[in-house]
Amino acid sequence: MKKHEKNFSAEEIEQGTSLWKDSYERLRKNKLAMAGGVVLIILSIIALLAPWIAPYTYESQNLELGATGPSKAHWLGTDILGRDLLTRLIYGSRISLSVGLCATAISLLIGVFYGAVSGYYGKKTDTIMMRIIDIMYALPFTVFVILLMVLFGRNFILLFVAIGAVEWLTMARIVRGQVLSIKKQEFIEAAISIGLSQPKIILKHIIPNVLGPIIVYITLTIPNVMLLEAFLSFLGLGIQPPMSSWGILIKEGADGMEEYPWLLMSPGIALSTTLFSLNFLGDGLRDALDPRTYKKQKPYI
Amino acid sequence: MKTYNHDKHIKFSFLLLSVLTLMTPGCRPKIDPVEHGNHKQILHIGNGTEPQDLDPHIVTGVPEHNIISALLEGLVAEDPKTLQPIPGVAEDWEVSPDGTVYTFDLRKNAQWSNGDPVTAHDFVFSYKRILAPALGSEYAYMLYVIKNAKDFHKGTITDFLQVGIKAMAHDILEITLENATPYFLSLLNHYSWFPVHPPTILKHGRIDERGTKWTRSENFVGNGPFVLDTWKINDMIIVKKNETYWDADNVRLNAIHFHPIEDERTEERAFRSGQLHITGSVPLSKIEVYKEKKPDLIKISTFLGTYFYRINVHRPPLNDVKVRRALAMAIDREGIVKNVTKGGQQPAYAFTPPDTAGYTTRTRIPSDIHQAKKLLAEAGYPNGMGFPKIELLYNTSEGHRTLAQAIQQMWKKDLNINVKLLNQEWKVYLDTVKQQNYNIARAGWIGDYVDPNTFLDMFVTDGGNNDTGWSNPEYDQRIREVAKISNFPQRMEHFQQAETILLDQTPIIPIYFYTRVYLIQPNVKGWYENLLDHHPYKYVYLSKK
Amino acid sequence: MTTFILKRIFFETLPTLLIIATLTFFMVRLAPGGPFSQEKSVTPEILENLKAHYGLNAPLHKQYFDYMKNLLRGDLGPSFKYPNRTVNELIANAFPVSFELGLYALLFALLVGNAAGLIAALCPNTKSDYIPMSLAMLGICIPSFVLGPLLVLIFSLWLGWFSVSGWDFPSDRILPAITLGATYAAYIARLTRSGMLEILNQDFIRTARAKGLPEYKIILKHGFKGGVIPVVSFLGPAVAGLISGSFVVETIFQIPGLGRFFVNAAFNRDYTMVLGTVLFFAILIILFNLVVDIILVWLNPKLRFRE
Repeated sequence: MKKHEKNFSAEEIEQGTSLWKDSYERLRKNKLAMAGGVVLIILSIIALLAPWIAPYTYESQNLELGATGPSKAHWLGTDILGRDLLTRLIYGSRISLSVGLCATAISLLIGVFYGAVSGYYGKKTDTIMMRIIDIMYALPFTVFVILLMVLFGRNFILLFVAIGAVEWLTMARIVRGQVLSIKKQEFIEAAISIGLSQPKIILKHIIPNVLGPIIVYITLTIPNVMLLEAFLSFLGLGIQPPMSSWGILIKEGADGMEEYPWLLMSPGIALSTTLFSLNFLGDGLRDALDPRTYKKQKPYI
Repeated sequence: MKTYNHDKHIKFSFLLLSVLTLMTPGCRPKIDPVEHGNHKQILHIGNGTEPQDLDPHIVTGVPEHNIISALLEGLVAEDPKTLQPIPGVAEDWEVSPDGTVYTFDLRKNAQWSNGDPVTAHDFVFSYKRILAPALGSEYAYMLYVIKNAKDFHKGTITDFLQVGIKAMAHDILEITLENATPYFLSLLNHYSWFPVHPPTILKHGRIDERGTKWTRSENFVGNGPFVLDTWKINDMIIVKKNETYWDADNVRLNAIHFHPIEDERTEERAFRSGQLHITGSVPLSKIEVYKEKKPDLIKISTFLGTYFYRINVHRPPLNDVKVRRALAMAIDREGIVKNVTKGGQQPAYAFTPPDTAGYTTRTRIPSDIHQAKKLLAEAGYPNGMGFPKIELLYNTSEGHRTLAQAIQQMWKKDLNINVKLLNQEWKVYLDTVKQQNYNIARAGWIGDYVDPNTFLDMFVTDGGNNDTGWSNPEYDQRIREVAKISNFPQRMEHFQQAETILLDQTPIIPIYFYTRVYLIQPNVKGWYENLLDHHPYKYVYLSKK
Repeated sequence: MTTFILKRIFFETLPTLLIIATLTFFMVRLAPGGPFSQEKSVTPEILENLKAHYGLNAPLHKQYFDYMKNLLRGDLGPSFKYPNRTVNELIANAFPVSFELGLYALLFALLVGNAAGLIAALCPNTKSDYIPMSLAMLGICIPSFVLGPLLVLIFSLWLGWFSVSGWDFPSDRILPAITLGATYAAYIARLTRSGMLEILNQDFIRTARAKGLPEYKIILKHGFKGGVIPVVSFLGPAVAGLISGSFVVETIFQIPGLGRFFVNAAFNRDYTMVLGTVLFFAILIILFNLVVDIILVWLNPKLRFRE
């Protein structure tokens, strides 16, 4: 397959659609990626159906029972207030998955576009945009969160705002670095020379070519975001007990990891499973979208 | 192209990892600090946090107290078991018949660590210093029992001679009080009453200058059984035996190392591996484990403090005393101390801890679900019907969160009331409570001295720590009168009446009385349990065993 | 090059710092609860005295200009929480510790991360890809507040190789450095792998191969240089974060570093300390981003060509 970037004519757009189709075909052949996708879908379904499939309610306690290991009545055991861990895990997935999804979407939208513009235009634009990132990066996050809470009250949306606000910064820097490195390549200069508009160049040529690091960084960001959510909830922004999330469950589990290891294990496994699935799917997507890597499963043999 | 040998890569990465993790395990000292300390009489204490300062007139916390009480000594000292005042810098004292004038005879051999004698003038200087408005001491009010001290501190009088403190001679100090204050001598063991060395203070700044360098280890001059030796921020404070201390012969420890370990799990691990003799606390999940497996290492002692919830009495439906009492009665305190807090706490059915200076409240708010339901129905919410949604505020912490969830469930299960939990970061929480911008808020109160007054004067109308909006003239009157009564039974009766009013009106929900739970090596001797958790170090020593 | 750096310092760094200082100054003051609020509340008179001492009762704009004037002289003011310490002193005391720890952690992260990423990229979709990458993912999944205590339990309490906490002996650096570096190592591994894969399929690598250059030369000289670009972009803020300390790691291992001040200063509303740590961090960020930009130019000859 010839490099698609080098055809800049009107056919290119048509080829673009076939590119997506090809990518999908390639993705479908990648078993690991598909398995990752299936696991994610199952997790989402569980989260959506939480009230119907959870064996108990997430707040019902049994103080006398306290923390017990896995048993017939409680498959994953109970926490120190005697609440069923499986139930809390299922409900927690709702918070964690949605936080992961939304915050990542925010950081993706802002970070990629910001980084691409900054890197592409360069010069003064780049300078100013990058210094804005430096400023945001340096501001005290804890104080920022406290202020958000005080100014706007407690609101679930704010959680996404706060997380999105920090997560896009590194993303923007990474994208910018990539864009800087590819914008001087022949196919971009050629695109400029045939007079394509700049937004078009950024959207059609620049961003698709930096997808690799973006996808990798996203898959790294999601678990981070889920843990960050726990920190914000402790500050009072975000969810309030008795509702829980994976991040909070892991934090609570870590506190008693010697005495009640099961309280750490299950949420830890839930988070890892999600991350592994995301990574397999992410890698698959990356490979599928990049026609160059596709050809060689074993490149050096 | 050559085929790559994958196994080689795997081997290489494993090698790399193992080299990194196996590096130099040998450079750790062979003997652990506790064992070393037992031989050299060096005590290692887990002390919570880095002290703000070591200036007795500026600091406010317990970690600071733990260090300062080793470095400085007040007019009286305390018996390590009973906390009864015993001679300190003052050898002897006399009280006037009306109980308002105290005359202290200072011992001749009391010395500062630089060799200067400790004189009555030093105490006058010290009290002038803490009362000086510009110093901004947060505990200056502890001295308000002295005649005119409050006026001097507020700046209404500027002549210190009018304040009831006089050096009658080099070694005689006379203190005149505003009213007879039965607990006066026990106040003297609070660090706000400790002396400072005037020449040292003046060498580094004005008498009322805040934050000078006199407390640095190279400058500090004290009169306690120990002297400040090393101060490494967030790392360690070392105090060593003070050879000039008048009772140095009876001091058996050679040094104390204070470790500012904030995380209680880190602290517990440090204790377990022999780095600490005594910890400041025990993680909740570890209490059970120690109680079962190592009961000789864990100590639980009652402590002069109450954990309670404040109720904002201006917010409907909480402005109805029946609702407040229903909420208070629906809490299963026995269940809480047994299954949630687990640290040997006593369930609190009243506000003042039992046997505080011989006072135990006779009224109580019982845990009685049946009665609670009845009261709620009378208030117009039969079976919780139509009860508005209210919020329970607490500051972010694992313990508060767990307890709040348990109580939330009790109210839900027994009264069918939905309460929302709301946690806030510490200072935001304090602000919310001060602004009375809450429905129900978690609170705790630790007594400053052993007397019911430290608990009950808090809820007078517009008291600085009332924060509930509750006000009752009769209650105010009882507390006002009590200051002027020196007759013990009469005084106690006033407290009884006042607390009965408080409990009947229920602007607060007492939940449990604090305990202090900590770990201690069996080698530590001369360390006794008492209500204020004070442990005069001159009695402490380490057995080699 | 020198003019580039000088220009950047005068026309970019200073204004950036000014904006950061200004924003932070007003942000902390907006947050509810002051430096002196506490459970046993202070009487209004005492509060007034305290505010007077620290100049907090002056109009806000005067406080701001006073602060800025001192800042120009490099004076970050007294700490509110620790009355006998200045912010300069506290930072000067704690930074060397955090710097040392951060350096070890960075070393660990680069060594492990790059090696794992490189190995994985050379043989994608084989054992030597999956194993290091799975380990990397575990590294990301395990937050430091789990990894730290876990390492202590195994290596200190169980095997007895290291002290459980403290900062006294050379061996006290190992567990905290691994705890702090693990996540970064995992990030670097992932980013290296993807960056290398991208590069190894480019034309010039194929050309080099066709020319018959030895494989290690191709990979190290041509491939690695281009492949680490995402890693380098990531490292700018990451290094600044690493050497300015970590609250969690310092708390778990009882290390007297700077990280704890970042969090505690905000919680204590220690205004001057918040500003001090933020500005210090900002300088680090800007410094390392500058270094990163220079490295990016160096790694990418085409950028240099244009300059």
